[in-house]
Amino acid sequence: MINKVITKGEFEKFISGIIDANETIGPKQVDTDRDGKPVYQFRQVKSFGEMDLDYTITYSSVKNFFLPFREELSRFDFSEKDWDQTVEYRVNPRAIIGVRPCDINALNILDKVLIGGAYPSPYYLARRRNTFLVGMDHEPLEDCFCESLGQDTVHRGFNLFCEDIGDKYYLTIMSSKAFRFLENVKVTDPTKEDDIKFHERRKRLRDMFKTKVEMTGLQSVMDIEFKSPVWKKWGDKCLNCGSCAMVCPTCYCYGIEENIDVGLKSSRKERVQYSCNLVDFAEVAGGHNFRPLKEDRLKYRYYHHYRGFAQNGDEPICVGCNRCGRACLAGINPKDVINELQLES
Amino acid sequence: MEYLGIEPKKARIGVFDFTCCEGCELQLANKEDSLVDFLALVEVVNFREVSSDRGQDYDIALIEGSISREDEVERLKQIREKAKILVTLGTCACFGGVNSIKNRFDIDDVVSEVYGKNKVETLPVRKVSDIVKVDLAIPGCPVSKSEVERIVVNLVTGAAVNLPKYPVCVECKQKGNTCVVDLGEICLGPVTRAGCDAACPTGKTGCLGCRGAAEDANFDSLREILREKGHSDEAIDERLRFYNAFSEELKNEG
Repeated sequence: MINKVITKGEFEKFISGIIDANETIGPKQVDTDRDGKPVYQFRQVKSFGEMDLDYTITYSSVKNFFLPFREELSRFDFSEKDWDQTVEYRVNPRAIIGVRPCDINALNILDKVLIGGAYPSPYYLARRRNTFLVGMDHEPLEDCFCESLGQDTVHRGFNLFCEDIGDKYYLTIMSSKAFRFLENVKVTDPTKEDDIKFHERRKRLRDMFKTKVEMTGLQSVMDIEFKSPVWKKWGDKCLNCGSCAMVCPTCYCYGIEENIDVGLKSSRKERVQYSCNLVDFAEVAGGHNFRPLKEDRLKYRYYHHYRGFAQNGDEPICVGCNRCGRACLAGINPKDVINELQLES
Repeated sequence: MEYLGIEPKKARIGVFDFTCCEGCELQLANKEDSLVDFLALVEVVNFREVSSDRGQDYDIALIEGSISREDEVERLKQIREKAKILVTLGTCACFGGVNSIKNRFDIDDVVSEVYGKNKVETLPVRKVSDIVKVDLAIPGCPVSKSEVERIVVNLVTGAAVNLPKYPVCVECKQKGNTCVVDLGEICLGPVTRAGCDAACPTGKTGCLGCRGAAEDANFDSLREILREKGHSDEAIDERLRFYNAFSEELKNEG
């Protein structure tokens, strides 16, 4: 890890160079909400000016650039008496600019699941390894609670991270690729004054968090509260629409489809992003549904995030971005659900 | 044409329209890039929009439209007798569709409003399953050609035929759309069966529910949410009645 500083003017030059030479994805205003506030999404960009690096939060996470909603795993081509299988997971190098710490931490969690497990996913791995990731800090929103989960800062899983210290960015360089790229622009070693600004910025951001979620002892509390009326209360409101899982930066559950092309000359095996909140997630052959109740489906999503994964993966799967809470029309959000379980409210 | 060495069972189909706009049938002839392959899967023996053949030896009857006249009832029953499999194609055949608006008024008033002095014989609008047994329903206004293709491929190769059970929101979120409920619209996406690729919300219009109810849809919760956002029960009911696709749910409400 090497720290440098770069002026915002030089930074624009640096990023523009990346955009000119690579497929680049960045935060873009795509819409305006009911109150006239901008709505942001990660989209492919062709110029620096298209991005808004001071964006609040993207409505959807960056996850689906690594785990597409629908992805071809294998293709089969049939000939007279034979068939061929094609597996294609090579991807072109690309860059994603302006990813927040919580979203990089989310990718680090997905790495554990999709690369660290017994059967690593070559599809995910190819996308992850071929993505040049430029992270960026930001002022938390009122409902961000990544700090409660210790996910408000990030220490790995990116090439370059930028902290805004006024007219300059304080850079953390995490890869030789980033170091080499930066040789094309003017960067300097941080001065004492830059270091102080860096600490001040960190402290200021930390002090801005308004939403606290009580994580202490949550795993055992969830064991005790398995039959809590909290689940029925929120389950009755749940639309089971899967919006939470679609916008979540870590929800990775999926289904596999096999689709035959119309001409019957080829077929595809595809992975499709799914959600445990959807009615037939736990339906098996013969039609039996292991989770026929809304409240159970909602409950098990929370158990996967904060209980099961926390036990197996040493940390909750949630990074506290509250995208699920914002996307949920029924107002279901981790802060209220967990704090109720913790008898905090 | 073989699939994995097995000759697929080519389906002999007849397409029949009743009270409708014939838009769903038109969808069958749409999507030109795969139309030749699609037509190779089936043997069209009766389909007014694409062929002059009027064969009666079909295995699968695709029915478009709702039933609103006595002669339609008789014709439908005859088709049911001949068909091994009867499929309703589109929202009108599956639920009654927009035509069902007629049922909200006095039938004589409706006839004189539309036809003036030239009175015609008519009945309240019914969906196909009110009259004959339906083996498979493909909803949508219009139906999605991709979905029809998938279903036909599965039928001829002997694979299971399934529609999505979850609501439109899944596809809408995958499109990266801004939620139209958040923008102040009434949207039935959270309770409507997916499969349309969220066409209406993607065009910034609230879902009208043409594909009918998703499985285990939470109507009470959606109504509560829409009320809190300032929509009246009348406006919500009006939306639910648009395609007559939620008549059961409206009936069950206290």
